[in-house]
Amino acid sequence: MGDVFSVILTSAALLFYVAGTVGLIRFPDTHSRLHALTKADNLGLGLLILGLMAQADGWVTLGKLLLTWVLALIAAGAAAQLVARTALGDRR
Amino acid sequence: MSGWFMFLATVLLLSLAGALWRVWSGPSQADRMMAAQLVGTGGVGVVLLLAAAGDWAMIDVAVVLALLAAFAAVAFVKAQTPQGAGDPEDDADG
Repeated sequence: MGDVFSVILTSAALLFYVAGTVGLIRFPDTHSRLHALTKADNLGLGLLILGLMAQADGWVTLGKLLLTWVLALIAAGAAAQLVARTALGDRR
Repeated sequence: MSGWFMFLATVLLLSLAGALWRVWSGPSQADRMMAAQLVGTGGVGVVLLLAAAGDWAMIDVAVVLALLAAFAAVAFVKAQTPQGAGDPEDDADG
């Protein structure tokens, strides 16, 4: 049961990762690229971690997986804000 | 199961290759920085998949990679702002 759960979630994660990359390549404007990149990739990472949690072999691994996701979310949110403001600065 | 994770890891690496195209053609510095961020996030995903396929101890590698990707963005912002102040909204030079 756990395997089916993992396969479904990880394939959805792959979908969002690829969507983020395609968004990064095709979007016309810097900010829209940043928007696509940050959101799609973090959702992809979140789904990936949910899928892997079904495979985790213990509470410690489960905790580390969640920690990775929380750190990645906070880091990406902050970094996206900073990069967006800097990109805004370029046009000034 | 680990075969499936390996397949996912390879496809993720291909999506990272797409980010390299953005690095090459990105008009502004911010676009290149975004591609570096994508490589960071994608890299965390690949390392996590390898951890699931192989040894779970590799999760620490993923945590450190996520942290370093954030610091790369901060370093970029500090380099862009005048006098390396790091605060893009701080109009020090008026």
